[in-house]
Amino acid sequence: MLRIKGLTKRYRTGDLALKGVDLAIPDGQVMALIGPSGAGKSTVIRCINRLVESTSGSIALNDVDIVALGSAELRRARRRMGMIFQEYALVERLTVMENVLTGRLGFVGFWRSWLRRFPQSDIDEAFRLLERVGLDHMADKRADELSGGQRQRVGICRALIQNPELLLVDEPTASLDPKTSRQIMRLIKELCSERKLSAIINIHDVMLAQMFAERIVGLRLGEIVYDGPPDQLTPAVLTSIYGEEDWSATIRKVDEEVPEDADNIVPFGAPRPDRDRMAGLT
Amino acid sequence: MSVAAVPRTWKKPPLIKSAWLRWTLIVGVLVYLALVIQTTPVNWIRVWEGLPRGAAFLSAFFPPDFASRWDEIADGIAESLWMTVVSTAVGIVLSIPVGIGAAKNIAPAPVYYFCRAVLAVSRSFQEIILAIFFVKLFGFGPFAGFVTLSFATIGFYGKLLAEDIEDMDATQAEAVRSSGASWLQWINYGVQPQVMPRMIGLGLYRFDINFRESAVIGIVGGGGIGATLNTAFDRYEFSSAAAILLIIIAIVMACEYGSGFVRRWVQ
Repeated sequence: MLRIKGLTKRYRTGDLALKGVDLAIPDGQVMALIGPSGAGKSTVIRCINRLVESTSGSIALNDVDIVALGSAELRRARRRMGMIFQEYALVERLTVMENVLTGRLGFVGFWRSWLRRFPQSDIDEAFRLLERVGLDHMADKRADELSGGQRQRVGICRALIQNPELLLVDEPTASLDPKTSRQIMRLIKELCSERKLSAIINIHDVMLAQMFAERIVGLRLGEIVYDGPPDQLTPAVLTSIYGEEDWSATIRKVDEEVPEDADNIVPFGAPRPDRDRMAGLT
Repeated sequence: MSVAAVPRTWKKPPLIKSAWLRWTLIVGVLVYLALVIQTTPVNWIRVWEGLPRGAAFLSAFFPPDFASRWDEIADGIAESLWMTVVSTAVGIVLSIPVGIGAAKNIAPAPVYYFCRAVLAVSRSFQEIILAIFFVKLFGFGPFAGFVTLSFATIGFYGKLLAEDIEDMDATQAEAVRSSGASWLQWINYGVQPQVMPRMIGLGLYRFDINFRESAVIGIVGGGGIGATLNTAFDRYEFSSAAAILLIIIAIVMACEYGSGFVRRWVQ
């Protein structure tokens, strides 16, 4: 359970990015945070992980106040929050495996990580996750050799190997094509329900948010202006979030079938399709 | 049809907008150059007299004599190579903490200003001046040369390391930090991979700078092949000096090709 109360952030430039945000996310809930650029979506999730220090307010993950933690405790708290980034943010010159194992850095000592001698259980888990997203044969490739969709899947593995309680996802699909975007969002959603993870997903694409999230929060100029289920996003609501525009094409018909495209993401334990085909597609 | 329309002309906008300022600068620079060239003291008679002396000097270089002073030359080369290897290694190791401290994006302000000051001091003196100072401090010999080159390496390598860290992609490093990594792990996983290829290339480049400098600082008492070269000139043994120069050229070229190859390979 994540509870945010009165979260305010004023940047040193004087811009008030968040004006007293209150949010509670129960365990296992996938929540999409939508809103125009500059609404403060990124700031919210960066404050939760304390990559950005909030100005005031409290953030409690399972009743531990994140804001008050000292540096050692903060490291321990960060281990419980997996982050997935907009431009993947993989360390490009490290291998896929090293990038995934980066998620275990909070659990192993410096010398072990420096010598790349991670516990066998971590290696096993890394391979299991890479297999889950169909990339286990890429373990020794350098991250910059991968395509966008592949990179984001490695990013997902890096977050999940932390065995987190909460996923913080910042624009996971911003640099992906529409099909890959859907696959990535579906993967995140499936993994969350497999592991009973709660997630905050910042996303530009209202349609994707409606498709894959069970709750939508709309942020405008640092304030929450909508908090509810995806099917209650009416043109009036979207106008209150983004401003005046013709929203008729954006809103998903409730009875519309979620497109089931020939998917290349393998359900866990299912027989794997031909890898060469997958490599070409993604 | 718009045949009758007057074509709109276009010219590249000048660098300096004000025509008055532009022409003043151009004319000013030309006048200054003309005055400077006109007043440069060249004694053409002495240049003329110097030419045959230069020719005699050059012909004394041939044929290069590797044999008669070979022991001294071999000792000098060995000493220079030792000095280069050790001072490059020590200098780079010492410059890593200084360079990290001098990167504005990862160091706190007091550390940043301290490390920048260290770099500025190290870079403000040319190797020769440092060598004269260290020879006075530690006496003649390769130790003074080694200290000189190590100290100069810190300034060079530390500054470039700091600049490379400042240019890194912050989001990659941030992602590593967000997983709960400690500071050292963060440097090792988030920062080091981003700067490593360039730093390997620069390390090799510094190696061949240090070799060349080791030849020069020998002349002011820092030991190495420079000392041997200086002795050869003092004794008017120009053919031995030519041999030494050829060896220096060969080693510098070898370093050049070697570092070019390694740099392409690490990218």
